[in-house]
Amino acid sequence: MPKSNLKVVNKKTRSVDGHAEMMGRPVYTDDYAAHGSLVCRMLRSPHAFAHIKNIDTSKAEALNGVKCVLTYKNVPHVAMSRAGQGAPAPSPIDKFILDEYVRYVGDEVALVAAIDEQIAEDALKLIEVEYELLEPVLDYKTAYQNKNVIHPEDGISQAFEMGFRPKENVAATYEMEIGNVEKVLSECDVVIEHTAESQAQAHAMMEPHCSNAHLDDHDRLVIYTCTQTPFHMRRILTKTLNLPLNKVRIIKPRVGGGFGGKQAFHCEFFVALVTLRTGLPSRMSYTREEVFSSSYTRHPMMISMKIGANKDGVIKAIDCRALSDTGAYGEHALTVFMIVGSKVLPLYNKVEAVKFGGRVVYTNHVPAGAFRGYGAIQGNYVLETAIDILAEKLHISPIELRMKNSMKEGETSPIFEIMGEGTKGTPMIMESCKLPYCIERGAELIGWDKKYPRIQVGPHTIRSVGMAIAMQGSGIPLMDMGSSSIKLNDDGTYVVTSGATDIGQGSDTVITQIVAEELMTTVDKVTIYSSDTDLTPFDVGAYASSTTYISGNAALKAAQKMKERLIKEAARVLDAAEEDIEFDGLTFKAKNNEITLPDLARQITYSKEMKQIAVTESYFGHVSPPPFMAGYAEIEIDTETYEYKLIDYVSVVDCGTTINPMLAKGQVEGGIVQGYGMASTEAVLYNSHGKLLSNSFSSYHIPTHKEITKLTTEFADSYDPTGPFGAKSVGEIGIDTPPAVLCNAIYNAVGVRINDLPITPEKIMRAIKEQK
Amino acid sequence: MEVRFVLNRTEVVLNVRPDEYLAETLRNQGVLSVHIGCNESNCGTCTVLINGKPSMSCSVLTAQVYGKTVTTVEDIQEEANKIADYFSDEGADQCGFCLVGFALVVHALALEYPNPTDEEIKNYLVGNLCRCSGYHAQMEAVKKYLAEVKKHAKK
Repeated sequence: MPKSNLKVVNKKTRSVDGHAEMMGRPVYTDDYAAHGSLVCRMLRSPHAFAHIKNIDTSKAEALNGVKCVLTYKNVPHVAMSRAGQGAPAPSPIDKFILDEYVRYVGDEVALVAAIDEQIAEDALKLIEVEYELLEPVLDYKTAYQNKNVIHPEDGISQAFEMGFRPKENVAATYEMEIGNVEKVLSECDVVIEHTAESQAQAHAMMEPHCSNAHLDDHDRLVIYTCTQTPFHMRRILTKTLNLPLNKVRIIKPRVGGGFGGKQAFHCEFFVALVTLRTGLPSRMSYTREEVFSSSYTRHPMMISMKIGANKDGVIKAIDCRALSDTGAYGEHALTVFMIVGSKVLPLYNKVEAVKFGGRVVYTNHVPAGAFRGYGAIQGNYVLETAIDILAEKLHISPIELRMKNSMKEGETSPIFEIMGEGTKGTPMIMESCKLPYCIERGAELIGWDKKYPRIQVGPHTIRSVGMAIAMQGSGIPLMDMGSSSIKLNDDGTYVVTSGATDIGQGSDTVITQIVAEELMTTVDKVTIYSSDTDLTPFDVGAYASSTTYISGNAALKAAQKMKERLIKEAARVLDAAEEDIEFDGLTFKAKNNEITLPDLARQITYSKEMKQIAVTESYFGHVSPPPFMAGYAEIEIDTETYEYKLIDYVSVVDCGTTINPMLAKGQVEGGIVQGYGMASTEAVLYNSHGKLLSNSFSSYHIPTHKEITKLTTEFADSYDPTGPFGAKSVGEIGIDTPPAVLCNAIYNAVGVRINDLPITPEKIMRAIKEQK
Repeated sequence: MEVRFVLNRTEVVLNVRPDEYLAETLRNQGVLSVHIGCNESNCGTCTVLINGKPSMSCSVLTAQVYGKTVTTVEDIQEEANKIADYFSDEGADQCGFCLVGFALVVHALALEYPNPTDEEIKNYLVGNLCRCSGYHAQMEAVKKYLAEVKKHAKK
């Protein structure tokens, strides 16, 4: 359908939930905790690596008001992956609910459930633990084959071969090569090498992790939880606790942000066990310190790029080596690692040879997990700074080098077929790729020609620009499935139940718009409920930039089916042939008579051939069309203090049709600022014993209103034929460019390249001193 | 201990622990609009107005509000609804966990500063964090809301 004919999709539409949230309605997980719920608190390890020799909980259990204490001795000893992914698990199965080993400062030791917070806290202090201290591994560069083995225990495994070698501290390994990289590099006119490191960024979503549980009127376990993956969670939880799947119901209310951090398990096992053991409702909320120190982070990585090109600026080969730190447990170890290659290297698809590989190692740090960008941001930072280095060496402008070598519409990359997420990928041609437009338009918006590389604007003030390009994906082909059901109300309005997991990104709004568009109605006639494992159809959840594309396609199919069913009913009622019925969303017209949708709905509900019309459709992708973008920043830097500020960040994005232009802009800008935080201020600090020091909003600085003055965001006119109304994903693409863009802009300003994030004034000053 | 204060225009007398913070007291009273995001006065999701001034209720002892007035978003529903219009129109609302805090600070800002500069707005909002929006759309929404308030004030 041409965009000009769209009435709801691609049009400014308010979110379905924003008003209720601002007006303070009780819509989040903690607001649903049953009155009088037991309060769960966790005793956490003060040591980076230790074996629990003895644990005595008798005093805690004897405390008045304590109802349950859990340790590794009294919970099921079944290995699982907390990652919240599909089956078979593409992450190592290396975690027990509670274990006799603790592997990082903040790891779980024992859980207390008591009648109030104070008693729970007091009880924690009464638990006596005798630790045998073990030598921790606190530097991921020394983890491989270190004599200190982080996972010496039995019973852990991999669901398929992923190079999982726990005795060598290796969670996963991956290698691939297309063509002969070494040979092609040896024939290139110019070869550059570049290595850089990125840190364990914190998601820092505003709502801390929390869950609550109770037994319902069927004596089934009901868990409210702020999760991105309710259906995966039900599968993993019931399997690990040896419960029938149908005895557990997981409900996801509004979620206060996730960014990947809520894909995995946090409190769910504990509230489940407490409520099953005591029969009482229970609740658990992480403190902010626990959110920082005891959940998951981005995988820190050291990545090296070797890029070869000819003098004419044609890039011939890329060799990418990476080392990733998954921390104490291997959630998303393999899949994040593979994305460093698969959603970064195809940007330069004209190479004759490309190679990617390396390993993911265990350390005694906070575990890493899924985080928006998911390997692509780490890879993009190093590739897109390397491309600037290459451009300088070739005396070609960074823009021209990218225009010449980057992906174009109708092209492909052999990487797509070889690399998927954990397994093989699927071949695909770029049916939509407006990257050249994005690059040119971005340059225009930032005023590149006038500002590159720098302008002196004061005695010790410089303004400079930097740029980078990026790609992501739209769901995982042949793995991610989403579904929607639509039922007709007796007044002709619709109720949609969708498995798609709205975690604040706005998927409920987007799916409502898709359904309203297809049924030729308005959003106020469509009510949506999402993600309740009992009441909504299956969906893998909110991850891998899949919701608009996968769940959106499912909703579109369901709406198409609903339309067919309505026309069939109208034909029967009007005594006409289906092909003679014209439906405009409100009225069914046959040759001689007509009926409105509300009248039809009433008639089939209350008289003659009575029935409920409801449809369910599912969708899984055969391809994963990448969104593309060009990012440009203008910064101002003080050459005395090297303090810098962001003047403007220009994003020009090709995400196909924007189902909701305002929400799409919100996704891009939120990603940009989260990526800018990683690039600029979000320093991760551990002490020498492995304790995370950057564990609060005062020691870990995320961007505030002060840092962000101007963001300029535009969308390319693009249409992907496989997406709903031409849409691709937009949830992650925004986060990928800021580290490289900022690094390039700093280099263009003062001539030093900061090769470890975040880029602080101290590091710039040190680099300048070292250069002199 | 007994604490007496005015909560959303109703005088309440509550029995609280001496070490109890206002955010916990309010949530225990069923005022669930008050979100606890960090419990150390860094994020702003627990914002309430104490005698009209934005305050982080996670770090104010309930005993400290003795004799004062405490306003939560439940008491400024009309204004919150209006501010939500502007946030929604700019696409500045995502997960929503920070929005109650923003409704209260933006409302207080409008009352305190009839003609704020961008810098003054930022200084006023800096204690309220948002990890979703990127802030730019929020800023646009706030400025449009303030312009509207000013227009009505003139009439």
